[in-house]
Amino acid sequence: MSETTLGGIAGRMPRFIRRADPAVLTAFACIVLLLFLGSLYSRSFLSPEYLLQQLKVASFLGVIATGMMLVILLGQIDLSVPWAVAAGAMMACAAAAYGPVGVALAIPFGILCGMLIGVVNGIGVAYLRIPSMIITLATNAVAQGLMVVYTGGFSPQDSATGAMRYLATGFTIPGVPNAVIIWALIGAAMVFVLTRTSFGRTVYGIGNRERAAYLSGIDTRRVVMIAFAVSGGLSAFGGVLLAGYASKAAQSMGDAYLLPSIAAVVLGGTSILGGRGSYLGTVAGVILITLLQSILSVMQMPEAGRQIIYGVVIVAMLLLYGRAPASR
Amino acid sequence: MKDWRVKDWRYWLAEQRGTLLALGIFIVMFVIYTSNHPAGFTANVVQTAANKGVLLAFVAMAQTLVVITAGIDLSVGMIFLLTNCLASWLVVGTPMQTALGVIAVLAVGLLCGAINGAIVIYGRLQPIVATIATGAVYYGIGLLLRPFPGGSVNEDLADALTGRVFGVVPASIVVLLVIVLVIWVPFSRSVLGRAAYAAGSSETAAYMSGVPIRRGKFAAYTLAGLLAAIGGLFLTFFTYTGEAAYASGNSYTLFSIAAVVLGGVSLFGGKGSAIGAIFGALAFRTIGDLLFVFDFDPLWQPLFQGVILLVAVSLGAFALFRVRNRLEWFL
Repeated sequence: MSETTLGGIAGRMPRFIRRADPAVLTAFACIVLLLFLGSLYSRSFLSPEYLLQQLKVASFLGVIATGMMLVILLGQIDLSVPWAVAAGAMMACAAAAYGPVGVALAIPFGILCGMLIGVVNGIGVAYLRIPSMIITLATNAVAQGLMVVYTGGFSPQDSATGAMRYLATGFTIPGVPNAVIIWALIGAAMVFVLTRTSFGRTVYGIGNRERAAYLSGIDTRRVVMIAFAVSGGLSAFGGVLLAGYASKAAQSMGDAYLLPSIAAVVLGGTSILGGRGSYLGTVAGVILITLLQSILSVMQMPEAGRQIIYGVVIVAMLLLYGRAPASR
Repeated sequence: MKDWRVKDWRYWLAEQRGTLLALGIFIVMFVIYTSNHPAGFTANVVQTAANKGVLLAFVAMAQTLVVITAGIDLSVGMIFLLTNCLASWLVVGTPMQTALGVIAVLAVGLLCGAINGAIVIYGRLQPIVATIATGAVYYGIGLLLRPFPGGSVNEDLADALTGRVFGVVPASIVVLLVIVLVIWVPFSRSVLGRAAYAAGSSETAAYMSGVPIRRGKFAAYTLAGLLAAIGGLFLTFFTYTGEAAYASGNSYTLFSIAAVVLGGVSLFGGKGSAIGAIFGALAFRTIGDLLFVFDFDPLWQPLFQGVILLVAVSLGAFALFRVRNRLEWFL
């Protein structure tokens, strides 16, 4: 009944609003609300410099969340993000210590390490049929163990290469940070893959019902495996960028990206059960999370308060629009 | 008549296979551990091993309750931390104050579990996301309580519960046994416990048969909070302090899942028991400590534990060989 009234109201709205996902609209509305609240606190919140700075910080999360979204669309989850990020950063920095060739190959090598973690995840999920939540936790632990052995438990001494720093902090187009351009490129590629290629449509298909996708002749296991490899690679690339931003890698640099990346994807309206969601929503989710973090840190909220508000906001927003259907 | 008994016995064996396997792994590992330990099989070695193992055993029991309902609780480690921090404030002073403190800590654990349950069952959110988010909240509260490691605990009680009974049996094992008898056994035999199993096995079928699945699942989540709180209380008795260490909470959550898997509890729900998870936890701890008796660099421990976890979860893949119809790959 409520659907018909909703349809009646929506029928009078412009087409682009009618077509939009209510979750994405809510997320964007929340961004506007946050900016408004922030501007009440301090006028500099609406300055272009501040907004651009936020966009730059958001782009690291954006790259990582892109991979996470691909996996969540399949109805799976990737909990190996923390150490895929750290491994990517550390291995890229480590490669830089091996002369000019190492410097040149630092970024691809870091991404390759992340993809390796992703491939192990993919084999576990697609071919061994282990629940993704479990196998990715396990590979996360193994990656952590490898990095601890490699670094001896301390932050590695190798520093990021010039190329990594340039990608994370430089400006190719005046005024637009490179990190933002990279996120835009990766995002555009993702949108193209998801909406214009058979791979992308398959991802949605598997997320809706893997059995049906399999029966329509798709090698679903290969698709799942590729998706996990891409997710691992993008996490590692995020780590490479972060290492370039901080000019070195650190032990627990990835821990702060697991919850935000899942939250960004889910807040953007992508169903955690898979098969439904748009990249625009993920962009909104990433910006929303980054703004929330930024406002809390500008208000000098201690870490404890930040964690609490963070958890509460995510639960509250999910209760608003991320609930499973009531009927059985 | 005789035939019946044989069948009963076989059913029982089939049902307990996971638990017995975990028990077997634990015994083998523990024998290797003690026989290579410089001090050998003494009451002291057993006591230390028991105290460390029991911490994980409580958290693993908590995880089991939720996993049986086909859910997952990624906040158990954080409830464990939060109650540890709270206990380092409250469980002090006269016996009366201490007792009230213990009750308060357990009540907070129950409350955390109930919040998880309410959000997942009545809020209809996915357990993974919901418990990651509530875990962040619990960790934040723990950090508020203990921004820096510190605090104290009633040392008489702590020493009594982490010491030895009659000079031989580790007290922590006795407490674990009591908790199993008081919480797990009644729960698994009650209507609510059956409902939790039924919900994990097939929620639709359970709903159609009029099983109180909501109450069963809610009870499972709530008791999981309580068990994690008992673990947190024990951590305080063990260390005499409270500390909100993010990495420690995360690793307890991770290890609890490993213990549950080792203990033969199906992650798809409906199968397994907390007893199995306890042996899984003890086995996991013993395997992790094997490195020390063989004089490896402790740096290798995280890798070693990670590999064990990876192997343990991959073992479940052997079930694939029994699948005859490929469509059963896709749940």
